[in-house]
Amino acid sequence: MSRANILRYLKQALVASLWLSFLTLPIMVIRVDTVEQTVTWRWMHLAYMAGGSFVLALIWYIMMERRDLSQAKRELETVERDSALMRFLSDPRFARPLMAFGLLVAVAFPWFFSLYQTNILISALIYVVLGLGLNITVGLAGLLDLGYVAFYAVGAYTYALLNHHFHLGFWAVLPLGAVMGAFFGILLGFPVLRLRGDYLAIVTLGFGQIVRLVLENWGSFSYGPSGISNIDRPGLFGISYSVEQATTYMYYIMVVLVLLTIFVTARLKDSRIGRAWLALREDEIACQAMGIDNTRAKLMAFSLGATLAALMGVVFAAKTTFINPASFTFMESAMILAIVVLGGMGSVLGVILGAFLLMLLPEYLRAFSEYRMLIFGATMVLVMVFRPEGLVRAKRKVYKINVEAAG
Amino acid sequence: MAQEMTNQNAAQAVQPVLSVRNVGMNFGGLRALSEVNLDVLPGEVVALIGPNGAGKTTFFNCITGIYTPSEGEVTAYPKNGKPKRINGMRTNLVCELGMARTFQNIRLFPSMTALENVMIGRHCRTKTGILGAVLRGPGTRREEQEVVDKSFEMLTKVGLEKLANEYSRNLPYGAQRRLEIARALATEPFLLLLDEPAAGMNPQETEELKQMVIRIREEFKVSVLLIEHDMKMVMSLSDRIYVMEYGRIISTGTPKEVSEDPQVIRAYLGEDSDA
Ligand SMILES: Nc1ncnc2c1ncn2[C@@H]1O[C@H](COP(=O)(O)OP(=O)(O)OP(=O)(O)O)[C@@H](O)[C@H]1O
Ligand SMILES: [Mg+2]
Repeated sequence: MSRANILRYLKQALVASLWLSFLTLPIMVIRVDTVEQTVTWRWMHLAYMAGGSFVLALIWYIMMERRDLSQAKRELETVERDSALMRFLSDPRFARPLMAFGLLVAVAFPWFFSLYQTNILISALIYVVLGLGLNITVGLAGLLDLGYVAFYAVGAYTYALLNHHFHLGFWAVLPLGAVMGAFFGILLGFPVLRLRGDYLAIVTLGFGQIVRLVLENWGSFSYGPSGISNIDRPGLFGISYSVEQATTYMYYIMVVLVLLTIFVTARLKDSRIGRAWLALREDEIACQAMGIDNTRAKLMAFSLGATLAALMGVVFAAKTTFINPASFTFMESAMILAIVVLGGMGSVLGVILGAFLLMLLPEYLRAFSEYRMLIFGATMVLVMVFRPEGLVRAKRKVYKINVEAAG
Repeated sequence: MAQEMTNQNAAQAVQPVLSVRNVGMNFGGLRALSEVNLDVLPGEVVALIGPNGAGKTTFFNCITGIYTPSEGEVTAYPKNGKPKRINGMRTNLVCELGMARTFQNIRLFPSMTALENVMIGRHCRTKTGILGAVLRGPGTRREEQEVVDKSFEMLTKVGLEKLANEYSRNLPYGAQRRLEIARALATEPFLLLLDEPAAGMNPQETEELKQMVIRIREEFKVSVLLIEHDMKMVMSLSDRIYVMEYGRIISTGTPKEVSEDPQVIRAYLGEDSDA
């Protein structure tokens, strides 16, 4: 960085901080006590404001410059460079033992940590699957779905209602929930086939709200805002068990479901179907002109994402044994979308990291719970500015070419 | 070759691969195409030329299903298949039938590699579904490998084998144009529709492109319908030429016939020049 630049940034930061101090003067400095009818001038606050904003602005400008520099460099290079961490992670010599270790930790976890910790981890794992599901729709096929939580609700209510009325067990409803999810995915998919981008986002957002409102207001069907309680936990060959054992059991079910989901999404991503989704995301017209049936590809992406969400809905209902519409607000959809975007659209590893980050950090940073949304928002803005591709950039598979066959 | 025959004789003697009759296209009040008649015969390179805004790209969009023509008939004659009326047919089905195109403003899939871009072209010739993709049995793996090998072969045909694993957005401009051709070829077309393939290329690249089109036509036995502004390329490459102005075909014939047609000279040089 040159000296001239530093000087310029100093000046810009100074201007920014003076301006901000001036703007916030009435609320930060002047305090009117209406009871005692006095006015206090808290000049120290002005100093904090000016100093703080000056430092932040300076950091911002310097980071922006570094970002522009690295971006310019990246554009010059024809070969995409991976960060050292990514190279490390994708080297099978390190990746294999790392995965084995991760699996070991996952299996041993409930024996070494408290019930509370295990419960938190179950939630995080649920969000891993939700993230991977939404990643199919948004990350791979590029269909911005803001009402994803509706499918989660469909799964949860499928289990809750069937259990409540017909005493159907968890294992019986799990596949049923998946089918319901796929059905609702196609149901939403059909009318929005022609929509793209913002329009699609708005319609799916509306769909999410409709499902929640129906659940809230159709009391005779869904028991309204008071929800459904006393939902059965997953059965284990008719053996009865304590709450503690139930949590451990639930945890292992989730571990298996997460592994299955990773397996399925990773395979799909590098398959004929996954490539069609990517093409759809990149250029819809070219995609169709190259012989891909857009309608089919979209419906597949929608219904697969919905299926995973509905599966998780069933698990969620069985885990908490109580559900009501408050669990399925737009905030949930936004959270899952944030997981996908933060983690890296289209990247399986990225989504997993994103889910853990966004679900676990708030749990362990309870001290800052008042600022939770603030921190959350700031993090998202920073990631979008400095790493728009997310924590982990989706990498394309390098295919082995059979040279003899290719002639 | 078709070069020696005149248009009408040829169209009657041989069954064409594409036949367009009285096609018109309106955009609201704008008449972009009217009464367009055009034939492409097997193995022929046909050029469609005309000033900017004449309606050439609109014509491509009309015969590939991106637009539905307001009137007229478009018929395709696939190899060993029945003639098929294709106006208004879905774009992907037109491609599956065997008519593959490139775009004037390059439309590759930027964050996929060159090889993957071509692999997309193989989509409509392969079958793996969701279940097959997840289970990845021997059949799926064989098909995948075949897709990779075939796609790589196409890359070799357009001279991009060294850039197979580069992201297509990072390819030089000329290479992107050739990649689009490889992607179209991968769909095994009987008719290749190229929309200004030489746009933005220097004379040497244009010459290479010309040789490539000649090679491709020989090797894949495809017919080529070509929109191009580069007259040198059009004149030396095409068997027949159609000239379009304001959405109408104003002249057609061999390169020589067309270049001597006073109508064409007027269209290209302006009203005043023949005075
Ligand atoms: N979707 C559309 N809606 C309205 N008008 C259109 C549309 N597409 C094309 N046009 C109009 O149709 C006319 C023909 O356009 P077209 O792109 O086909 O020309 P062209 O011959 O390909 O020109 P160029 O050589 O510049 O590529 C133009 O006047 C254009 O503005
Ligand atoms: Mg054009």
